[in-house]
Amino acid sequence: MARFLAPEAFSAATEDLSLLPFNLERTGTNQYLVANMVGDFIRLTEDELNRLVDLRIRPGDGLYEKAYAAHLITGTNQTAQRQLLAARLRSRMSFLRQVTPLHIFVVTLRCEHSCPYCQVSRQSTDRSRFDMSEETAMRALDIAFASPSGRIKIEFQGGEPLLNFPMIRTIVEAAKARSGKKVDFVIASNLALLDDTVLDFCKANNILLSTSLDGPADLHNKNRPRPGGNSHKLAVAGIRAAREVLGPDRVGALMTTTEASLDRVDEIIDQYLQLGLDGIFLRPLSPFGFAVKTKQFQKYDANKWLNFYERGLRRVLEINRQGTPFREFYAALILTRMLSDRPIGYVDLRSPAGVGLGALVYNYDGSVFASDEGRMLAEAGDNAFRLGHVDHDTYKSLVLSDKLIDAVSSSLTQCAPECSTCVYESHCGADPVYHHATQGDALGIKPLSAFCARQKGIMGLLLDILENSPKDAAILRRWANA
Amino acid sequence: MTLPLYGTASLSTGFQTDRARSVLRLQSVDSNSERHAADFALVKTGEEFGRAVEANWPSIFIVSDGSIPGPVSEALECRVVTVPQKYDYLRDGDVLGFDHSSKKFRTLFRKNSAHNSLLVTERCNNYCLMCSQPPKDVDDRWLLDEIKESLALIDPNTHALTFTGGETLSDWEDFIEVLKECRDRLPRTAVQVLTNGRAFADSRVVDAWRDIAHPKLMAAIPLYASVDHLHDHVVQAKGAFDETVLGILKLKDRRQRVEIRVVLHALTAPMIAETCRWIARNLPFVDHVALMGLENTGFAIANDAMLWIDPVDYRDALALAVDHLTAAGVNVSVYNLPKCVLARSVWPHALQSISDWKNGFVDECNRCDEKPDCSGFFTTGRPRFSRGIHAITA
Ligand code: SF4
Ligand code: SF4
Repeated sequence: MARFLAPEAFSAATEDLSLLPFNLERTGTNQYLVANMVGDFIRLTEDELNRLVDLRIRPGDGLYEKAYAAHLITGTNQTAQRQLLAARLRSRMSFLRQVTPLHIFVVTLRCEHSCPYCQVSRQSTDRSRFDMSEETAMRALDIAFASPSGRIKIEFQGGEPLLNFPMIRTIVEAAKARSGKKVDFVIASNLALLDDTVLDFCKANNILLSTSLDGPADLHNKNRPRPGGNSHKLAVAGIRAAREVLGPDRVGALMTTTEASLDRVDEIIDQYLQLGLDGIFLRPLSPFGFAVKTKQFQKYDANKWLNFYERGLRRVLEINRQGTPFREFYAALILTRMLSDRPIGYVDLRSPAGVGLGALVYNYDGSVFASDEGRMLAEAGDNAFRLGHVDHDTYKSLVLSDKLIDAVSSSLTQCAPECSTCVYESHCGADPVYHHATQGDALGIKPLSAFCARQKGIMGLLLDILENSPKDAAILRRWANA
Repeated sequence: MTLPLYGTASLSTGFQTDRARSVLRLQSVDSNSERHAADFALVKTGEEFGRAVEANWPSIFIVSDGSIPGPVSEALECRVVTVPQKYDYLRDGDVLGFDHSSKKFRTLFRKNSAHNSLLVTERCNNYCLMCSQPPKDVDDRWLLDEIKESLALIDPNTHALTFTGGETLSDWEDFIEVLKECRDRLPRTAVQVLTNGRAFADSRVVDAWRDIAHPKLMAAIPLYASVDHLHDHVVQAKGAFDETVLGILKLKDRRQRVEIRVVLHALTAPMIAETCRWIARNLPFVDHVALMGLENTGFAIANDAMLWIDPVDYRDALALAVDHLTAAGVNVSVYNLPKCVLARSVWPHALQSISDWKNGFVDECNRCDEKPDCSGFFTTGRPRFSRGIHAITA
C-alpha cells in the first residue's frame, strides 16, 4: 500500500531533539538511577546515559523510546511534554494553596510524665506559670482564623494538654462559634488522664486523639517514666477506650525511637498490631530540646537507624503478606510522592518547608513559633524560629517575618547545593529547623546531614523493593493509593 | 447478524424537488402524538396502510417486498417511501436520512438500540492504518445539516449517542453548534464524540467545547503509544501525538470529560502495558480508558499483514496494562474482545461492547457458559478468529 508511510517517515531528526531537565545518581559501576522533573525513575547504563546527554539517539534504537516516554527528551518544536510536566508539577506542588492549615496550641507546659528525651515539659503544679490563658488562646484563634486556608486543623499539645482540659473546651467552643472555616481538632495526649468526660467531649465534637506508644511495656515505661511507672498500661487502656467510644479510626499512635528501641523493632510493631492499629510511623529520634542537650540523638547514627527502619519495614511487609493490611506511614507518604502526583504537604517533608507555611505553634505564654521543634529549640535558649507573640503580631506579620522568609527561602531543595541535583529531590523536603539545630544553618551541608542520609536510605530501599520484589511491590503500591 | 443500515427505496413519491434530502421519523400508524412535518406512518401490511390513509397521514413509510399500497396515486397527495422487507427491523421512533433523487436512505437513529452513532464527516487529518471508516476528502457538510434536523426528532430519553467521523471537529465551529443543540434537546443523553483530539491543541476549540456545557459530554480520543513517532506512524500524521496529548491536557485543564481509546493491533498491543503505565503515570485524571479489539474492516483489511495479531498473544500484556491503570485508580474497560482470549483478571473490565447490529458468535460459543456476558465477534468486514477461542465451562 503505497499511500501508507513507513515508520521512518515519522522519526524526528536529531537536530530537532532537546534534553529535558533530569537528575541522576551513579548506583553501580555501570548503572545510573535517573529521575525526570517530577521524580519518575528509570535506570540507564553509563553508555546509554552518555548517548542520551550527547543526543546520539534516534527513533527506533530503544533508548529514544525509553527516554521519550520518561520525559528526558522532547522534540524542540513540541509542547505536549513540557505542558504535561508543568501540569504534573503544578499538581504536586498544589499543597502550597493550603497556606498554614495546621495550628498547634500548647495549652500547658505541665506534664505528669518525666521523659528523658522530652524537649519541653515541666513537672509543676503552678497553673499560672505554665498554662495558656484564655486571653492568649483567643488571640491565637484570631491569628489562626486569619490564615487563608478554608479548612484548618487545631492540634492541642503540651506538656500534657489534658492537664488544662478546660482551656481545650473553651478553644473548641470558641472556634466552632466562629464562621468562615471548617475546623478539625486533634488532642495529642499520653492518655494517662483520659476519662469519660474527655471521651464524651471528643465524641460530641468529633475530635481525634493522637497518642504516644513506644512499644512493649518495659521499653515504653523506660522511655516515659511517670509516678507509678504505669505509662504503658494507661496508654494502652486509653487507646482501647478511645477506639471503642470514638471509633477505630479516631485514635492514632506515634512512637518515639530511642537507642533502646533499635534492636526491638519487631516487638514494637507487634504491639501496634495487637492493639488493632492500622499502621505504624517508624520515626527517628528528633535532635531537639533536651535531646540535643543530653546528646541523646548522637548515640546512634543514621545507618543504625536505617537498619532499624529496614527491619521494621520488612516486618510490616511480612505482616501484609500474611494477610493483615498494615502500613508503615512514612513509606506510604514517600510512595505516594513517588508513584502519584497527589499534593503531599506533610509539614516535615516538603519544599518550600512547612515551617510557618504549613503550621504555626502558639506557645502557652503567647509566643508564636514556626514549628513545634522551633519552640523546643527556644526552651534550650535558641529563638531562631520564634516568629513573634500573639499580643503584638498578626497572621501576616508572622508569616511575612524576615525570620520565616529567610528560613524558607534559604532551605529550598529546588536550588540547594546537593539537593537541586539529587535524584530524590522531587520526593524529599527541606527541614530548616533540623539543620539549624544540628549544623547551625537552615540549609545545612547535606553530605553531613543525618536527615539526608535517612532520606536517601529510605528511598533507595523503597525503589529496590519496588523493582526487585514483586509481591512486596504490590503491597507498597497499595499504600500509595490508600 | 449484521443489520443493513442503509439502502435504496424501491419507490418514493410526493417529495418536493426544491430540497435534495429529507430526514424522516417513523411513527406507528395509530400514534396520537403531535405530528411533526418529518413524521411518517410506519406501515408493514395492507391493513395498516388502510388505517394510515384513514387517519389522514400525509406521509407513509412502507416496509414490504410486495405491492401493499395498490391504490397509491399521486392524487393521494401523500409522501410515500417504500423499502424492501429486509428493513423490517425499523420501528417507530427511528430516524432516517433520505436522498430524494437517488432514493438512497440511511438509518440514522434506532430508538431501541443502545449504540446509536451519527457520522459527522468523512474528512480527517489522520489516516490511521486500521481506520474502519477510511477518510475521504469530500464536501460532506450536508451531513451536519442532516444531523441538526435529526436532533429535533430523536427521543429525548435516549441513553447514549455517539458522533463519529472522519474527524468530527473538521468543521469545529459548525459541529460545536450541533453539540449545543444536543445540550438543549438531549440534556439527559450521554453524548460521546469520537475525535482524534488534535483540534483541542487550539485553545479556541477547547474553550468553545467547554462553553457547550452539556452535562454528559465526553470526548473519546485515541492514543496509541507513549512515544511520538510510534503514535504518529499508527495515525499516519507527523506531529499528531504532540497535538493529541496537548488536546487531552487542555480538555482536562478545563474540567471536560475525556476517554482515551487504544485500538489493539500488532503495532499497539505488544507495547500496551508500557502505554498504559504511561497513561496511569501521566494522565491518571482521564475519566476512562477503553482498550479495544480491532474491527477487521476498512483499512485494517488492507493492512492485515502489518496489523493482525492473535489476541491470545497479547493476553498477558493486556492484563498488565489493566493492572497499571486500576492501580492508579483509572477506570478501564476492554471492548470487542471475547472472554476466552482474556486473562481472568481482565474479565471484570470486559464489556459487551460490539454494537448490536454487528456482533456474532461461532459454533464453539453455544457450549460456552460465558456467552451471555461475552462480546462475541465483529461480523463486519473480514472477521479473523483467535486460535484461543474455546468454550468456557464450569
Ligand atoms: S536532603 Fe538529601 S535526599 Fe533530600 S533532596 Fe537533599 S540531597 Fe537529596
Ligand atoms: S467461546 Fe464464544 S462465547 Fe465463550 S468466551 Fe469465547 S467467544 Fe465468548
